[in-house]
Amino acid sequence: MSNPGRDWEDGTPERLYVITGGRSGPVSPVPLDLVTLIIAKTGPRPGMQPEHAAIMRMCRSPLSVAEISAYLALPVSVVTVLLGDLITAGHVLSRPPVAPAKLPDLALIEAVIDGLRKL
Amino acid sequence: MDYASSEPPPPAPHRGHPPAGPRSEDALPATAAAAVKVVIVGGFGVGKTTLVGSVSEIRPLTTEETMTQAGVGVDDTAGVERKTSTTVAMDFGRISINEELVLYLFGTPGQQRFWFLWRGLFEGALGAVVLVDTRRLEVSFDVIGRLEERGVPFVVAVNAFPDAPEHPLEDLRAALDLPDSVPLVVCDARRRDSSRDVLMTLMRYLHSLAASPEAL
Repeated sequence: MSNPGRDWEDGTPERLYVITGGRSGPVSPVPLDLVTLIIAKTGPRPGMQPEHAAIMRMCRSPLSVAEISAYLALPVSVVTVLLGDLITAGHVLSRPPVAPAKLPDLALIEAVIDGLRKL
Repeated sequence: MDYASSEPPPPAPHRGHPPAGPRSEDALPATAAAAVKVVIVGGFGVGKTTLVGSVSEIRPLTTEETMTQAGVGVDDTAGVERKTSTTVAMDFGRISINEELVLYLFGTPGQQRFWFLWRGLFEGALGAVVLVDTRRLEVSFDVIGRLEERGVPFVVAVNAFPDAPEHPLEDLRAALDLPDSVPLVVCDARRRDSSRDVLMTLMRYLHSLAASPEAL
């Protein structure tokens, strides 16, 4: 019986190294924030690395980088490397967060207040 | 619904199995176009995850980051020295504001040795809630000072623990050396309406800052 996930301790640097092919640091063509939303253009492609395929499956609806990290149980730094691959290959789209310049604009804050009122 | 569990949060997804991803009822609509974030910062056990969980539309999730740069931003490494990697978990939740806009709430520990997490966290954040336990005010001093330094707008919420001594708010404000302009409220992080009101307080404060930027 082979279960590659069990042969080493999850979350060890060695495993993370293998998942990213030894890469670290920003390789994504676009900056990725914890709350950048990712959406897959298609389902997983045959032959994809399991982590890539998992991202493609879970991003059928928009999902934040933080949520992808949580569901994959992988650090954000590893997830951003994986997402960089998928963005470069054109498999997923990213929707950047609303970046408040120095101060958020009034319309944005008002929208959040309206939304919270409905809670 | 009240979310009354104490920190630490729900277990991470089962490891070693194919990750399931979100349940279908947790999926965002395809129209979700952009997200914003608010950071809840406070000491361990102050109720960050409880607050996040009480207002979140999803069960709080946990994302991990590995502390790799030894020594960066670390003040007291005694006890963790020379460890090659330390994993720090951040819990977060989500509120769909409308069809296009999503608000994420991140809880992060306030102790100085975790400030390395703040870089990616506060970039682009709307603002922060400093959650305070009156039995342990000292963590809050450092956090408040650090937020002021970074120019992050914040409000302070006192989580009213049943066994915590009650202080008049003006005494707390003085003890925390908090300017009059910064809102200070009492909350019960287990209650959805109370936690929602804390977020409302932050948003109204941000609104007032945005309406009169010279007040900063």
